Amino acid sequence: MSEKKEALFSKKNLKLIKDPLDDNNPITVQVLGICSALAITVQLKPAVVMALSTFFVMCTANVVVSLMRNMIPSRIRIIIQLVVIATLVILVDQTLKAFVYDVSKELSVFVGLIITNCIIMGRLEAFALANTPWKSFMDGLGNSLGYALPLIVVAFFRELLGAGTLFGYPVLERLGLYELGYENNGMMILPPMALVTCGVYIWIQRMRNKKLVEEN
Amino acid sequence: MDVNKNSYTIGFATFMVIIVAALLSSAAIGLKPLQSKNIEQEKKQNILKSVGIELSRELAEKDYSIYIKEELVLNHLGEIQEGSAFNIDLSKELRKDIKEQSYPLYIAEIDGEERYIIPLRGKGLWGPIWGFISLEKDLNTVYAAVFDHKSETPGLGAEINRPFFQDPFTSKTIMEDGKFVSIIVQKGGAKGDIHKVDGISGGTITCDGVTNMIEERLSKYLPYFKSISPSMQVQEALEIVTEDEINDSISNINKRIID
Repeated sequence: MSEKKEALFSKKNLKLIKDPLDDNNPITVQVLGICSALAITVQLKPAVVMALSTFFVMCTANVVVSLMRNMIPSRIRIIIQLVVIATLVILVDQTLKAFVYDVSKELSVFVGLIITNCIIMGRLEAFALANTPWKSFMDGLGNSLGYALPLIVVAFFRELLGAGTLFGYPVLERLGLYELGYENNGMMILPPMALVTCGVYIWIQRMRNKKLVEEN
Repeated sequence: MDVNKNSYTIGFATFMVIIVAALLSSAAIGLKPLQSKNIEQEKKQNILKSVGIELSRELAEKDYSIYIKEELVLNHLGEIQEGSAFNIDLSKELRKDIKEQSYPLYIAEIDGEERYIIPLRGKGLWGPIWGFISLEKDLNTVYAAVFDHKSETPGLGAEINRPFFQDPFTSKTIMEDGKFVSIIVQKGGAKGDIHKVDGISGGTITCDGVTNMIEERLSKYLPYFKSISPSMQVQEALEIVTEDEINDSISNINKRIID
């Protein structure tokens, strides 16, 4: 990796952030990390916290693995990646428990879910093992944003339509919709509607971005 | 250097394990005091909540001694033992023989009225469930109950920590004509029965766990209740409750639920 010194925010590096947001989104295009995306999109708050925790774990793991990339024996590289991710997740979990106990209680199960998020391991294997720490950091940043975006959009609609609230604030009640006979759609809270909402997101994304449409 | 040599691979793995172990254990040890303080505060918060006093965690720690007048440790005969009730770990006690267990009991005084708080612990569907139930001075009427769980199904069994499930326990009674009947969480509606509480649809196994937990734990305190309130006609209180009897009563409850 001893090319000419590249600017920190060169076009190539920025592409690492922009690509996962749309053209190469980990959830809607690569269809990774769906499992956690379905589990935590009932409300906005856990979705946002999950996105933040994933951001932390993905960027740090990417940088750590990239720093070690020339030392890792290829036969045990997957185990090493897993150890790095699991260590970071446990550290996050322990820190939350010590300093923000209430948040950690709410998130207990979700924090563990980060370990199983295949986006993180996918990025380590596909990117961090072959690139410099800075590029890996940018890639981690891009992919965690790409993970956060659909997550938060889906959670927004599920919480708004399913419970009539946003971040727990009763938006629709304040707008006076219930007095006009509006009722919450309880089905939005159930897991299948996460899939359907995700599907609608993908549909709209492909309508906008023709590059993603496969030719038959 | 060839990073794919066997010796290097083993060395690297060993090195990695040592670093990670050191990192994780120092984090765990370093953060432990803060974490246990949080857990202790939460326990105090829950004890107070079970007598109808809802406070933040920090306030609960401060006001705990104002409301809780006595902490007792009982044995299976209802005799008071030495020791600190607050530090008893029910998960460990439950594994012991009934005759060797210690039974913690908290007595709160609120508006001049005594209330007896009994810690609960039992099995849910996926893991442990626990809580506190408080009785009024007559040792029969429930004043309030709180429950919590480790890993019950979100939206179903996990709802036992919600007010809609806990509130109906208030003013139910655990005795019928001097016989201990406990409180039963029943699917399909309690219909105003003084010993029954509505269950959660989809959370039947967790709810059965709550029923069993209340029955099993409360029955252990009957000897003590009898000793402080001799007028109480508790037949079971005279006998030493054996494990078989508890299993019997649990299966009786299950039968009642099926009925």
